[in-house]
Amino acid sequence: MATPQDLSVFVRHAPGGVAGMELAVDGIRCAGCMHAIEDGLAREAGLLSARVNLALKRVTVEWREGALRPEAVVERLAALGFKAYPFLPADQEGREAREEARLLRCLGVAGFAAMNIMLLSVSVWAGNASDIEPSTRDLFHWLSALIALPTAAYAGRPFFESALRALRAGSVNMDVPITLGVVLALAMSVVETWQHSRHAYFDGAVMLLFFLLVGRYLDQLMRRRTRDLAGNLAALKAETATRLAPDGTAVALPIAAIVPGDLVLVAPGERVSVDGIVEGGRSELDQSLVTGETAPATVGRGERVYAGTLNLSGALRVRVEAAGSGTLLDDIDRLMSQAVENRSRYVKLSDRAARLYAPLVHATALATFLGWLALGLGWQQALLIAVTVLIITCPCALGLAIPAVQVVAASALFRQRVMLKHGDALEVREYPGQGLTSRCGGSERRLGSVDFCQAQEQADVAIRAHPDASLIAYRNGDRRIAIAIGQRLRPQARETVAALQEAGFAVMILSGDRPQAVAPVAAALGITEARAGLLPGGKLELLDGLARKGRKVLMVGDGLNDAPALAASHVSISPVSASHLAQSAADIVFLGDSLAPVAQAVAIGRKARRLMIQNLWLAVLYNAIAVPVAIAGLVTPLIAAAAMSGSSLVVTLNALRARSTGGGSAP
Amino acid sequence: MNIIAILLPLALLLGATGLAAFLWCMRSGQFADLEGASWRVLRDDDMVEPRPDGQP
Repeated sequence: MATPQDLSVFVRHAPGGVAGMELAVDGIRCAGCMHAIEDGLAREAGLLSARVNLALKRVTVEWREGALRPEAVVERLAALGFKAYPFLPADQEGREAREEARLLRCLGVAGFAAMNIMLLSVSVWAGNASDIEPSTRDLFHWLSALIALPTAAYAGRPFFESALRALRAGSVNMDVPITLGVVLALAMSVVETWQHSRHAYFDGAVMLLFFLLVGRYLDQLMRRRTRDLAGNLAALKAETATRLAPDGTAVALPIAAIVPGDLVLVAPGERVSVDGIVEGGRSELDQSLVTGETAPATVGRGERVYAGTLNLSGALRVRVEAAGSGTLLDDIDRLMSQAVENRSRYVKLSDRAARLYAPLVHATALATFLGWLALGLGWQQALLIAVTVLIITCPCALGLAIPAVQVVAASALFRQRVMLKHGDALEVREYPGQGLTSRCGGSERRLGSVDFCQAQEQADVAIRAHPDASLIAYRNGDRRIAIAIGQRLRPQARETVAALQEAGFAVMILSGDRPQAVAPVAAALGITEARAGLLPGGKLELLDGLARKGRKVLMVGDGLNDAPALAASHVSISPVSASHLAQSAADIVFLGDSLAPVAQAVAIGRKARRLMIQNLWLAVLYNAIAVPVAIAGLVTPLIAAAAMSGSSLVVTLNALRARSTGGGSAP
Repeated sequence: MNIIAILLPLALLLGATGLAAFLWCMRSGQFADLEGASWRVLRDDDMVEPRPDGQP
């Protein structure tokens, strides 16, 4: 593009004359790259600091205001051999990071309190077994209360708030029994201490908060990480739009810098990157991605255009209505919620567990209370037993069961250069279904199918010369060209297909290409079922048909026309080089050209799913043992503590096994 | 009994110090990049003054 690049929008200006910028860097793989970048940038005069975040593959640079242009940083990194893409961290990222920091603080406070209360509790338990003086025991209990009450008030807030929100909305979530259990346990312990009793449950309540916060924190970590990586992906796409200044000059700006009210120029052949109203020019738009309508629509002044449509014939000047800080992220959210709606039969594992769990726990506790009352126990005694039931059933292990596996599996995947767009993608992958591979071929750029460009004549000529090639046609007015393109298979396509077939997948090719071009590819890959000449709608129909047969479909695709099918399939994978929309529709994105990560992702995903189920069963097993003991009124604080920490540890250790998959690079 | 009067506050103080250290670490962003930090510790560049113009 001839229009000059302007990166100044990415620069943030801190007080004290310091300017800074965040860059997503392609190709940071190891500590060596980290050192190369930091040392290389340190030699740049005017730069105050450069720091690589290895986990997120980002670089933060700071320089004295005016000492250098932001473009120089990108050039310098390019000279070092790294392609860098500046970006603005989205607001959403800031919010997620703050939430994560808050949970970590709560976790720290709860950990501190749990340790110190345990110190006191162990002394009491040892004393109860021998000859502790009641006055000393009371002192220890009061000290525990002194630590536990403020801790619960601070570290318990994430749960209390969420429980309140749920109750206000008239529903019940996992946090309701948690809140009830913690509050009741603390209140009861204060009463017990007041009455110089032998037992108090301060340690149990605080330890419960600690373990639950670990699970909650891991969950949040996962969410933020995928969100950050999605931000990186958006930056790596480096999408630009051409903004027209009031004086008519055109500047190519990153999409993040376009704000509503700007006037942008959309050249013929370009994809529209904003939503807006046409102010000038006439053109035809291919809106198939947005509306599904394949015939080009004519737009003119005053009409509305949407991001994702393709401008075919004339230049348009568009007044921006919505561009967003990153349309990819907006697309992700939109398409993802859309896809999730399509998968309404599928409910998140943890939600499913919670929906079952909360009423069960409440009912059990209530039944215990009433049961003991009926058996003639005093109401205080009966309440105490009911509360121990609530504490012991509190879903520590359940809260850890899924996030722990997600985090471990996601980092294992990340080492294989596979990024999960959301943690739930791991859960979706259930049992062997149908694997659909669309387009294992290499070349993708197409300007239009032969029919679309009405270039049949030229196509016939090209076909005679290259019978098994794919055709691309280009039309500019009356000039029609058909280009024959030999399909080059993606690296390791053959091995990947073989591995998938071995794993029990029935692999199919869905292609919009000519049957003569698809057949050799299918033969080379050892795939017997290949469908050619499919339109996006046709792919969707095929997927629906498979879904009706009860098949679960894993879709791999990178073309624009794959996007609807990707969004609708059970789980979907796209390469990072895929078209914008295909990528936003996919659950999982892998880096690089090779298809090998697909098989690895499937292997790790299956293992993760298995571990999650195992963990849920472990949690159930724990409850099956602990709950009858609690109902019988035999649980002392010591047993409660041992059971809770024991089950949480088992679940966490089991989750760690997810990292040993995928072969090779796991340390 | 007297020994408890010394030991308990001491234990709590130690715990509180640990908590304060943790919160300080968090505030100074030391948990932002756990992967990179494990490699940074191996670097020797803090042995000399970190000035680009050579040895101090």
